[in-house]
Amino acid sequence: MQIHLDAEKCQGHNRCYGLAPELFDVDDYGQAVLLVDGEVPAELHDKARLAASNCPEYAITLTQES
Amino acid sequence: MTDVAKNEQAEPEVANRGFGDRDPIFGDSPEGTDVWQRVPYNPDDYGPVSDFATDFDHADPDYNPNAPKVWKQLREDGCPVAHSDRYGGMWIPITHDTVHEIAYDTENFTSRSVVVSVGRPGDMAMPAPIGGVPPISSDPPFHGQARRMLLPPFAPKQIEPWEEEVRILCRRLLDDMGEITPGESVVDAAVQYAQHIPVNVIGRMLGFPEKDEALFRKFVHDALERINEEPGTRDGLDDLGHYIGAQIDDHRENPRDDLTSYLMNQELNGEKLSDDIVGGAIVLLLVAGIDTTWSAIGSSLWHLAQSPDDRKRLQDDPEVMTFAVEEFLRAYAPVTMARMVAKDNDFHGCPMKKDDWVLLPFPAANHDPKQFEDPDKFVIDREQNRHAAFGLGIHRCLGSNLARLELRVAIEEFVARFPNFELAGDVTWSVGQIRGPRVLPVRILAD
Repeated sequence: MQIHLDAEKCQGHNRCYGLAPELFDVDDYGQAVLLVDGEVPAELHDKARLAASNCPEYAITLTQES
Repeated sequence: MTDVAKNEQAEPEVANRGFGDRDPIFGDSPEGTDVWQRVPYNPDDYGPVSDFATDFDHADPDYNPNAPKVWKQLREDGCPVAHSDRYGGMWIPITHDTVHEIAYDTENFTSRSVVVSVGRPGDMAMPAPIGGVPPISSDPPFHGQARRMLLPPFAPKQIEPWEEEVRILCRRLLDDMGEITPGESVVDAAVQYAQHIPVNVIGRMLGFPEKDEALFRKFVHDALERINEEPGTRDGLDDLGHYIGAQIDDHRENPRDDLTSYLMNQELNGEKLSDDIVGGAIVLLLVAGIDTTWSAIGSSLWHLAQSPDDRKRLQDDPEVMTFAVEEFLRAYAPVTMARMVAKDNDFHGCPMKKDDWVLLPFPAANHDPKQFEDPDKFVIDREQNRHAAFGLGIHRCLGSNLARLELRVAIEEFVARFPNFELAGDVTWSVGQIRGPRVLPVRILAD
């Protein structure tokens, strides 16, 4: 699973940081920062889905590797 | 002077308007209606709302208590955008799509005034793109600069350390309710509890005296609920301007480690912020940070008073709070924002004219069945919840992390102290853009 964060869309709701702190940090301005380099470890797939499906700005996208 | 001419002179205007002359930085004076201009609307000409599709009024006393029914009816009647002649002309998008679109469109919709009332910003008001209470009243590009100054103190890691203080405050308020006899004692969860929490915290963050809490609540009431009163008669807004001016002066004499001194030390384009901008930002923090969160806490307790299953779930499964707090925010989002139409435009067939008001009911967007499954049902562990309680786009609520913290801790502490409670009389709801119970009597029951 690949994860992508669109920093332009992020408005700092901090939902991803709350739900999946293993995948997201926040900077000094409250903007989301992705902690993994694109590839989501298998044990964090559920958390990645949770973060993506709760972002009010649709800033997080997941793509499934076939 | 026209608005356009005014805008071109925005920079010197700001620089020249010091606070030294003691004019209020926010309010109806000087000269009565210069800061606010009367809109062509006399509330006395209109009675209670008969049809929300064509005569919408969010200040109708029946609106807030019944808002979810109003939105549902409008949607089912195929009305994605309601209209009203009140307040000089107002549009009300109801669906998630339309609310989202307007929130993102800063070209056609200005944030210059975000509280719909019988007054619009007048010639003496701070012009766009700054507005009277930046950055909520600001448009790009100024908005981004002003917001960037305010973001750091409200970022999650700056807010997290406040948890213990909020918890101590909540416990003190519960202690202050005195001796409780289960089955008999009735407390007011809004008046004795919810309303004190955010005002205390933001007052402390700003470095204002704790004894002034009641005054802050009055300011908020004046600004947000008395929207149908004549500009020039709302003395409370002048009082607020004077009060904040005095606090700024005090902080200038005695700088300290708080948000007010932080703001006064910020620079924009290499210059310290003018008192107008500092004062406007303080008004925003005070007004936006008080009755909003107080409303969310109150609505959540109102819900829990009627939902034994949800009370039990919170007790048995404290982890569910991660989702519950967002569901409270979705189902009972307190804040409807507003915009003014910046230029004539056709919005999906709605002929919007410059200076028309546009309400942005994020709470209605949160009840759109196209966006949420079973939107009118409270699902305590709703896992997919892209709610818009804190807005959408560039004006996302600056204090959202603080609000979320206060809401979570307030609920946790209330149900820890009183695991069972029920409604015990008439609930009074707020009037206007912030929706929540103002009187909320609950009877404490046996554990």
